[in-house]
Parts: sequence; structure tokens; C-alpha cells
Amino acid sequence: MTTPPNDSTQSSAPQSTPADELKAIFLTCLLDSLIALDSGVKVREDSSLMSVKISESALLKVMTLLKQDSRFDFDQLQFHTVLDWPEEQRMECLYLLNSTKKSQELLISVSVSREKPQLPSVSKLWAIAEWQEREVYDMFGITYENHPDLRRIFLDDDWQGFPLRKDYQDEFMLRKPW
Amino acid sequence: MGVTPQLSKISQQSPSVFDLHSAHKKEGPALLTSIDALVNWARSNSLWPLTFGTSCCAIEVMMAAGAAHHDLARFGAEVARPSPRQADLLVVAGTIVKKMAPRLRTLYDQMAEPKYVIATGACAISGGPFIYDSYSTVRGAHEIIPVDVYVPGCPPRPEAFFYGLLTLQKMIRDGESLRRPGVRKAPVMAALPPGITMEDLRAELIKGAKGATT
Repeated sequence: MTTPPNDSTQSSAPQSTPADELKAIFLTCLLDSLIALDSGVKVREDSSLMSVKISESALLKVMTLLKQDSRFDFDQLQFHTVLDWPEEQRMECLYLLNSTKKSQELLISVSVSREKPQLPSVSKLWAIAEWQEREVYDMFGITYENHPDLRRIFLDDDWQGFPLRKDYQDEFMLRKPW
Repeated sequence: MGVTPQLSKISQQSPSVFDLHSAHKKEGPALLTSIDALVNWARSNSLWPLTFGTSCCAIEVMMAAGAAHHDLARFGAEVARPSPRQADLLVVAGTIVKKMAPRLRTLYDQMAEPKYVIATGACAISGGPFIYDSYSTVRGAHEIIPVDVYVPGCPPRPEAFFYGLLTLQKMIRDGESLRRPGVRKAPVMAALPPGITMEDLRAELIKGAKGATT
């Protein structure tokens, strides 16, 4: 016996809304502008957000464009954080930007090496980045060029090491017995 | 042999009119026993908690337990004080980290005697979910301050907190005397198997972790 075709699944297939179309146009326009600055720019397919990978050297130029160009107007840095990938010997820095004028969100992803992680500071563009970069420095040990006041923000000033790295260990910390 | 000098001195003095245990055994001088009973009854029914919460347990213990549905006022402990000078019950509601530990100790030291401590939730008992792989979490409030009652849960329900509160009230009623305020029985935890102490459980957890590193 064959089951009758289920109509409900067909009717609920995703349909593109005007907002989706606007987003697609926005992304195309964005990529066109970014490729001029960084030939290695890639769209991350594994993210539900609009998300691009750029190279380390182009970070400051890309961020300046996204902040200052009136087509994009990313006037808010929502967060800046890091993923640690010890097997691949890299750390992935994430910047979530928000444009309150264009109602768009964009995730910028930059990979740096684990041995000597260094990035340009974006605190000139978004003032909040100053504290967020201090937090990242505190937990992951990434140093920022041209940061006005790069010191620890949560931990004690004489703390050794960077505790959110996967391989961090000190005498206080207990390892799981399993 | 194993008796400390202070303890042996106390035992030589007995039977004394001010014997520590006479009050709760109800065998001492009639006047002092009655006053002790009255004072302990009054103290146990007007525990003023310090408003101190460091994480999600605070929502359960400070807010849900005190709100109208569960109503902490039934047990006389609803007068939450924002100042340690006016409080006599410190409810450690939440995770204690290395940076918070000195502040917690200061708050405890600022409270006037007699003072009582309830540790609620897994974090305040042993570090809870953060006992392993944490660079900052203190493994239990007992490392900072003496604890009277432990209330397990993550977080405990208001009913569990009330059970801990009633346990503390019972301890105050038959544990203390006017001569020796603050001297109480050993810490208790509801629903621990007989013959097993909190120290045994903690030692087992820490020993397991030490073995894993080597």
C-alpha cells in the first residue's frame, strides 16, 4: 500500500519573504565590496546567521568599511568572542555586528594562530570593543595592536595563563576522573 | 589520649550548673533551662536572613520562597535584611568564586552573634557542576565559613529550603544555651545515608580527580 502524498509538507516548504530577498541582495552587495579588500573572503555555510570568513590582515580595513559605508551602517558591535581549536592550532575570533539602520546582523570570523595570536584593535570604531577585547585578552591571551589600555579585566593582575584555553591547567583546577 | 586540653578541662568541671548539654537534655537547673528554651524558641522563630545571592539559587531561595505562594513569613524568616549588621541567618545561595570568597567572609564576620549559615544548592555544598575543570569556583561554602545546614538541589525547590530552615530551627531549639551561644551540633544534611558524612563524599570526589591527573 502506498501512502497518499502528504499535502501539508509541500505547502509548508520555505518560501522566500521580502525580508529574505532583501537579505540576499544585502549579502551580494557586501561580498562585492569585501572581495575588493580581501580576496580570501568566504561565506560560512554552517551558520544560521549571515556570516563571512575573512583573513587576519584585512580585518581592520573590512571593519572600517562596514562601520563607515552608508550602504552597510554597522553601528553596533554586539559581541566579540573567541573559539579555541587546539587540534587545528588556531583560534577563531568572532565579531557579531548589528546595523540598527538596515536591520541586519553579520558575523565576522577571523582565524589566528595559537602560538602568537595578534589582531588589530577595533576600539577606534566601536568604543565598547575596548572592554570586550580586554576580556578576550584576559581569557584567551590574544593581544591587540593599538589598544589604549590592554590589561586584565576580570582576573587578578598577577594571574598566570589564560583560563578559557582548552589546555589550561593550574594547581587549583581538578580534572574529571572519567 | 585523643582528648584536647580544653575538652578535658570541661569534663573535669562537670557536673556544672552551666553545663553545655544540660539545656537540651532538659535536666539542668529549672530556671536556666526555661530561659534557654524561651530564648531559643524566640531566636528560632525570628531568623532574619541576609539578602545574599550569587546565582540562580538566589531566584529560588530569595524570591520564590519569599513570594506569596510559598510564603517564607510562615516561619518568621521573611524579614530579609540588606545589611549584615541586622541579619542573623546567612543563606549562601549560589556559586562562590575565588573573587567572591573574601567578600562572603567579610559579610559573615560583620554579622552579630548568634549567626547561622544555610548552604543551598550543589555549588554551595561542593562546587556542584563546577567542581571539575574550573579555574575559579570554590568547592563549597564550608571552605570560607562554617555551615550549619546543607540543602541539596540544583536549585532546591522552596519546599526543600523550608525543610532546611525547619532543620535549623530544630537545631537552635535543642542545641544552644545562653552560656554558650553559637555552639551547636555537627552540620547536618537531609537524606544522607547513615554512616556516611559530607567529608567522606568530598574526599572521594577530590581523590578521584587527583588520580585522573597522574
